[in-house]
Amino acid sequence: MKRSNAPIFWLLFGAGGMLSALLGTALVFITGLAAPLGWRAGDGVVSYKHMLAFSQHWIGKGFLFVVVALFAWHAVHRIFHSLHDVGIPTGTGAKLLCYGTALALTLIAAGSLLAIGF
Amino acid sequence: MNHHRHAAQPYVRPMQGWWRRDPFFVRYMGREATALAVLAYAVILAVGLVRLSQGEAAWNGWIDALRSPWSILLHLVLLASMVIHAHSWFEIMPKTMPMLYLRGERIGAPAIRRTGWIASVIVTLIVLALAAWWPR
Repeated sequence: MKRSNAPIFWLLFGAGGMLSALLGTALVFITGLAAPLGWRAGDGVVSYKHMLAFSQHWIGKGFLFVVVALFAWHAVHRIFHSLHDVGIPTGTGAKLLCYGTALALTLIAAGSLLAIGF
Repeated sequence: MNHHRHAAQPYVRPMQGWWRRDPFFVRYMGREATALAVLAYAVILAVGLVRLSQGEAAWNGWIDALRSPWSILLHLVLLASMVIHAHSWFEIMPKTMPMLYLRGERIGAPAIRRTGWIASVIVTLIVLALAAWWPR
């Protein structure tokens, strides 16, 4: 019997859902509102030098990768399973587009983080 | 819509806008729509990582883009979506996780929900505190 790949996608969906439920609000607030609107602007915490150092440390690098990848896999799995609800047929094309988006984001994040170096 | 079809034609209930018929379905779709916000945020962060890898000028350009009024507006929507996602994620958790037992008693749905919400508040406060006191 051919093994189903569904548990893998479901696991990524669950892990990303949990991570975004725990971290999403704080992260969006910090990176999308507080930092751009000048919170701690004076001490250069969002400066290139500082963020480069953060992303070069293995903890920062791992954190950034896990957040981008798991948020993406969570979201596309959920969007894929909602397509039927809004009247879009869920064929192979839709599946490739959805999970392909998450794969692309994962590879982009990994590639950038590797390019940044250690 | 053709109202002059043959009488033997079976009636097909129109599904257009089905979820707007019932507040329960509207809440369901609102909950599912938060996935769009989570995806949008993953894209924004991925772009930030690309820009960071391209050097200082690229990074500063990304930060400038985040300062635009449209970005602020978008992030307000994303923030609200993340709160809705966190709330609904733990609201549904009693149905999505295996049954838990503590000293032979099954842990009830309200306890699971409360634990999830408290955990998300604590983690949010920890992340905000880390950001506030992060050494420069």
